[in-house]
Parts: sequence; structure tokens; C-alpha cells
Amino acid sequence: MSRSLLSISELGEPGLRRLLSIADHMAEVNRRPNPKVPALRGKTVCNLFFEDSTRTRLSFETAAKRLSADTMNFAVSQSSLNKGESLRDTVETIAAMGVDAFVIRHGSSGAPWQLGAWTNASVINAGDGWHAHPTQALLDMYTVRTALNRLEGFDGLRVAMVGDIKHSRVARSTTEAFKMLGADVTWVSPRTLLPPSHKEHVVSNLDEVLDDIDILYLLRMQKERMNEALVPNLREYTTRFGLTPERAARLGDHVLVMHPGPMNRGVEMAVDPSELRGNVINQQVTNGINVRMAVLFDLLGSGSENSLAGSPES
Amino acid sequence: MTNTPDEQSAEPAGKQVLGPDDVRRAITRMAHEIIERNRGLAGVALVGIQTGGVWVAELLAAEIARIEPETDGVLLGSLDASLYRDDIGLRPVTPGTVSDLTFTVEGATVVLVDDVLYTGRTVRSALDAIGDYGRPKSVQLAVIVDRGHRELPIRPDYVGKNLPTSSEESVTVTAEGVVISGGGS
Amino acid sequence: MKSTPRKLLITNGRLIDAGGERSADVRIADGVVTEVGVGLLSSDGEQIVDAAGMVVCPGFVDLHVHLREPGREEAETIETGSRGAAIGGFTAIVAMPNTDPTQDSVGVVEFVRQQGERAGLCEVLPSGSITVGRKGETLTPFAELAAAGVRLFTDDGNGVQDPQLMRRAYEYASDLGITMAQHCEVERLTEGAVMHEGSCCSHLGLPGWPSLAEELMVHRDIELVRLTGAPAHFLHLSTAGSVELVRKAKADGLAVTAEATPHHISLTDELLRSYSALYKVNPPLRTMDDITAIREGLRDGTIDAIATDHAPHVSASKELPLDQAPPGMLGLETALGVSIAHLDMPLVDIVAALSWKPAEIAGVADRHGRPIEVGEPANLTAFDPAEEWEVVPGQLASKSRNTPFVGVPLTGRVKHTIFNGEVVVLDGVAQK
Repeated sequence: MSRSLLSISELGEPGLRRLLSIADHMAEVNRRPNPKVPALRGKTVCNLFFEDSTRTRLSFETAAKRLSADTMNFAVSQSSLNKGESLRDTVETIAAMGVDAFVIRHGSSGAPWQLGAWTNASVINAGDGWHAHPTQALLDMYTVRTALNRLEGFDGLRVAMVGDIKHSRVARSTTEAFKMLGADVTWVSPRTLLPPSHKEHVVSNLDEVLDDIDILYLLRMQKERMNEALVPNLREYTTRFGLTPERAARLGDHVLVMHPGPMNRGVEMAVDPSELRGNVINQQVTNGINVRMAVLFDLLGSGSENSLAGSPES
Repeated sequence: MTNTPDEQSAEPAGKQVLGPDDVRRAITRMAHEIIERNRGLAGVALVGIQTGGVWVAELLAAEIARIEPETDGVLLGSLDASLYRDDIGLRPVTPGTVSDLTFTVEGATVVLVDDVLYTGRTVRSALDAIGDYGRPKSVQLAVIVDRGHRELPIRPDYVGKNLPTSSEESVTVTAEGVVISGGGS
Repeated sequence: MKSTPRKLLITNGRLIDAGGERSADVRIADGVVTEVGVGLLSSDGEQIVDAAGMVVCPGFVDLHVHLREPGREEAETIETGSRGAAIGGFTAIVAMPNTDPTQDSVGVVEFVRQQGERAGLCEVLPSGSITVGRKGETLTPFAELAAAGVRLFTDDGNGVQDPQLMRRAYEYASDLGITMAQHCEVERLTEGAVMHEGSCCSHLGLPGWPSLAEELMVHRDIELVRLTGAPAHFLHLSTAGSVELVRKAKADGLAVTAEATPHHISLTDELLRSYSALYKVNPPLRTMDDITAIREGLRDGTIDAIATDHAPHVSASKELPLDQAPPGMLGLETALGVSIAHLDMPLVDIVAALSWKPAEIAGVADRHGRPIEVGEPANLTAFDPAEEWEVVPGQLASKSRNTPFVGVPLTGRVKHTIFNGEVVVLDGVAQK
């Protein structure tokens, strides 16, 4: 069975570092006038997106094409999903057409793991339920690595991650990756938006930590959460946890501001992001292509199961 | 770069066929040849193919600068062709250091530099890679050792030494010399 | 078709019943025990059932079985469910009412009973729902169904959310000699849940069932029992807190009984890390602390009975992502094996929890769970208490395959089951 990228914890630190260094190569490719290499010629990547997500899907598609792979797209919004056809049947049908890798985004936590039982193709988790989003974590790490020129690791870096941690796969994966590389992560969130029974490294007051951080990571505050009585209203959320002009003015010049996108202007991002000195949000998007190319190359192009063990053959 | 896939653990026991002085002299001769053939250094760029060709290119560039002190020396860069290999999926590939080509390839005379020329596939990948940076005026090839067994129609312009070998042998080239190890059993 | 009168002699067994333990042979004729003694000689026309090395006890009674018929026969039928029950040593099973149509009318109840009789492998006791259609709005006609023989009423699959309605149910039922059985779950606390709410589910990023959702309703119904004087039976208790509440209620002399499933005494929420929907069940698998409390509850009698909550589902539905898959696990054929392997209790107490105690709660103690004595109805089980085995899904009698016990070592296996004096399972093989 081929290797897959399902979560940061399964990837492990050596794998994480390896993908970040391959991403340097991809970044160089993307700086050229013709950003394309033939490395994955003849390979087919299928985007299996069960949740609407144009940005991530385009990012993966671009990454595959820049490596000269062929792409297939299967985009299903939940409402039109034919309940009669099971996920398993969908996957087996597409696999029978000859696919080397599935990139899957699904609203149910655990779906990418189930796929592994039904196909020999590589599986890349592009986000499952609230659980994991490893390529987001990779592009976040790559962005910090390049912006702060921290090639060895993130020891001593202090990160504040603010917002709806409970429902965020980005929070889980990115936090795990930061910690693997040695950074310190504090979650800033009201109790209702934290996973139950999680107690360490949590504060409910953003102003308490704002002066002592190197990275401010804002999570999307979804309007749908209003219906679940998780916060009384968005205005209150913004007052307590949003990046307001007052808070932005207090931020040190060195502090990176990050966001997985898309932004809710006026909610978690209550200031014009172009006025933030440390805004690396656009770099995150660019780096999304770099790391996704690295992931595809590593799984489909770099030859074998030896690759993640890091034994260089030159 | 050694061209045999299974030569991982370096065999210490091997036959040294060239010593450090031989290598040094070869480099000096090749440096003269490059200058002569191109009638000077205008538009000439040395590009070391990773990983084995990088140190050779550096030595060549240093030697060229020594021979022609009144010029600014020759343009120097390095190229990682691992994303262009034709055996992707067959052998593990780890990209080396990121390619470093700070000059314009367009219209340049690119001299690809490697330590050993064997099947020719690495050079083919490098040709494809260079093509993605621009259209050179011409491409030449400089190698320290040509060990034969070409699988593609590739020929070097500058050779340090022709060394017939068997395909079971492996060839290692450093500034200390050339060692052939392995061999049939 | 009535079972034909048979003559049997069960030899060399070690008898265990409410009266104690003894080694003896048992002679059965025309559905009734006719002789119990050591070294009985066989007579003409008698089938010899060898129980050497086995325990012979009153047949087991399962208070909680989903037979799926009518409505979801692709997962199980009354016949296949009865067969699995017989192989598991059960001579009577209570059929849960969440069928389609719901068991809230005499017509459906009679259909279920007759299908059970036709299969002839064990006694199928239909339960009734508490509310019509299990919608939680209006009460089922309890008296009509009681007249048709129904003793237990439950909306299982759901708990009755409206406290006023539940109060009325208890009050109305208290005259009729029937028992309300509650699936304790406050639904507003468990929306979208797929596993136990605890540190494991936080890590996996899945919504969870908090223990409080069960305990709040256990507490509510205990107080309703206190208020109304009606009896209550608590289905599938799964939390340490619930066990403690029932313990206090019994100490206060209230008429409450409780059951627990084999999976809740053996499997934890950590199994959900595999994301396999085979481990999704309501109430969910919880922590080792909860398992320990339930085992202790069975040991000290706070929990009266082991009931499987046998819930067959077709394989395709269990291959869905966790949040879409239906909850439920098979249990009939592995109940004894899991119980002996995981309960550190005297064998007689395990048998009690499987046999005469649930028989009492189901209202069939006149014919199941009986002492093995002359004149008693012959509903018996013979099992090897020491056999170690593992379940093979493809060999199950159930139509479905969703057992969570693959790879779990089981101790104790039913060999023979005698129902109404007829051998329905011999050497582990169903005879019809």
C-alpha cells in the first residue's frame, strides 16, 4: 500500500522537516518564469472534495499541474450528495479509473482513514471534520520558517492561537506542528469554544498574552456558531477576541499575523490586514502551493517508502 | 556523483587509479580548454550538477580565475535536476540543495559540470532543467571522468580522463583522486 | 408449529440455578423436567445430550434485543435473531419496539410474537413503546398492549424527553403491573455525538455524549419513581455516575432495576481512534473508570442484569464516516464469552445476571430462569465455562456482521440450548 499524509502526528517530526526542506525546492520552481517541472508526469491526482472549498482545491490542483501530473475533480456539496452511493463505492469507482493519489476533504472526522482501506492509492487529507488538516499545518510552518529564517526549529517562539479551537482542524494540526518544532502555543478562547476536558496552555483573555508573543494566529469565527449558543453574538466575540485596531497598535513590529482563510472581516480580523506590519497571510497562500507540491512529490515522485526515512541517494 | 544505484556504503577497499595531482592537472587542462574553445569568457557560465558536479565547477571556476586574472572570472551556478529525472518512482529521490542560478540562462553559453559521466541520464535531466530557466546559446559538458556505458546520445566536450569500467564497478571522484571499487564476482 | 414433544437426558452436567450448585443428570419429557439425579439411566427414544465439563443452568433471558423485523429485515429478522439468541444460550428475548411500524399497537405486537413462535428457537417477548411512534408526544395504549402480554415499555433508541409525559407514563402504568424501561439520554446535550465526551474525543475532534446526558435522566426518573411509586428499569447503564445513582435509589427502597451490556464492561472509548464505526454505539463506549464502576455494580447487585442491546446493522452502513453511521453492536452470540472473560464474579452470579434476574424483570419468571427441578419448564442452557475462543464474523448466525469483539479473547461458550424441552442448539450448532 502506498504512503499517505493523513495527520501531523502520523507524519512525525522527521517527516515534517523533510517536507519543509523539499518545499524549498518547490519554492524555487515557483519563482521561475515557467514554474513547471516534469517530476510527476503520467501520475493522476484526484481531488475528492465533499465540502465546498474552492481555495484549497485550487491550491492542490495547481500544485499537481506544476509537477506535470494529471488531475481529476470530484466536487460534491453535501446537499447534492447522493445518499444512495456510499463513500466506499465512490472511491472504488474512481480508483478503478486509475488514480495515484486521492486528495480528500470531508466533513466527517476520520473519512481519510477509512479511504485507506478501500484503495491502494496514496491518500492526502485536505481536512476531515474538526480533526486534522496537515497541509495547512505544513504551509503555516513553512511560512514561519521562511519569514523568520528559522531553518533549524522554532525553539523559544511563542504562538497565540485565537478563536474557535473546538471546531477547528487547523487549530489541532497547526498546534501539533508548532509544538513538534519547539514552539510554545497558547490557545485563546472562551470555554465554549475549547475542546472539552482540555485545560493546559489556555487563556480566555487575549489582552493578557498580546505583549508576549511572536506569532498571532487568528482562526475563523463562523457565523453558524451563533445558532449553537457558543457565544452570545459576534460583536461580543470581536470585543473579547478580535484583532481590533487598538490591539493591532499594541502588537510588536516583529509579531507575525497569520490566518488560514477565508477571513471574516470585522469579526476575528477587525482591522485592515494590509496595515499589519507582520501580516504573512498572502505568503501562507503562496506557500500552500509550495508545500502541496512537496507533499505530492514526496508521496508520488520520490520513489519509495524509504523517502520519509530520510536516506539520501545521490 | 556515483552512478551505481546500489553503492551506498562506500567500499573503502578499491583501486585508486588517479591521485590528487592527476585531478588537479586535469582541472587545469580543462580550464584552459574551456577558455580556448569559447574564445574567452564572455557569456560563459559554469553550472555544477548536484551533487557531484558542484565542487568540480567551483575548482574549475577558481582555476579559470587564476589563468585569466584580468577578467572578472566566469559565472558560476549549481543545478538540482532531481525533479527532471526519468527514473522517478523507480528509485528513491531526495532533492539536494536548491538550484542556484543567479545569472540569466537566456543566450548564455552554459557549461554543465559533473564529476562522472556514465549513462548520460543525469545530463539529460540537467538539459531539461536548464531549458526551464531559459534558452541558452549553447550547452557544453565538462566531466572529470568518462567511464563509458552510455545509454543516451550524450557526449562530453571536456574530459579529464577516459576510464573504461565494467558496470558492476563504481567510480568515486574527489579532489584526492579517483577510486574504482566493487567489480564482478 | 408447536415443538414436538421430545425426550431428552442431559448427562454429566454441573447444575447451577438460584438454589445452588450440584452435579446431576436431568431428564426432560414433553417440555418439562421429569427427573433430576446422579447417574440416571437412559430409556428408549431419549436423546442423550452430553454435558460433561459443562455448566447446566436455566436458559438466559435478554432484556434488550433489536430484531429489526418489521421494517429493517435486511439487517436481521426475527428468525435470524432468534437463532443467534439460541446459539448464545438465550431461551427468551425481549424485542425492542423501534421497528417500522413501531410496536405501539396490538397488531404489530402480535405479529412479532407469532414470527417468534414460527421460528421456534426461543421465546420472543415483544416490548411496547412508551409513546406512539416513539415520537415522545402521546402515550401508547398501555392497557391494550398489557392485555396482549406486553410487560416492558420503552422508547429505546431515544429517552422520553418530556418530564411531564414521563410522569404520566409512570402514574398510568403503576396500576397495570407493567414496567417502564428508560433509555436515559437528554438529547439536547448529545446533538451530533459520535463517541464518549472526554479527552479521547477532544483529541480526535469529534462531538461527544457527555456522561451527564445519561445521569440527568437517570436522576429524573429515580425521582419520578419516588413520586409515583411505579417501578422503573434502566436500560444499558454506561457511566459510573449512573451506577451510583441507582445504588442510592435501591438503598432508599425504590423499585428500580438496571441492566448493562457486555460491551460496556469490556471496551473503552480509545477504540474510536481507529475511526471505525463498529465501535459507535449509544450510549457510547466510555472510560476504564466507567467500566470498573459497572463491573462493581454487577458484583454488588446494583445492576441486576446483563442485557446485550443486540443491534444489527448492514455492513455498508457501518462503513460510513462516523457521524453518518448508525450506532449499535451485535451481542447475542458473544454475551457469555465476554461476561466470563471480563467479570471477576462467582459463576453463579454471572448466570444469575443472565438468567433468573432478567427473567424476573421481563415478567417471565414463571417459565424462564426456573430452578432445575421436577415439574419445571425445560428452558435450559449448557455451556463450557472455560473454553477460550474468538468470534469469527462470517460464522455468526446473525444476518449482520457488526460485532466489536473481533480479536477480543472470550471465555465461556454455549454448547446446548433447550427451549420448551426441545434441543434447539446442539454442540454449538442450531438445529433449525
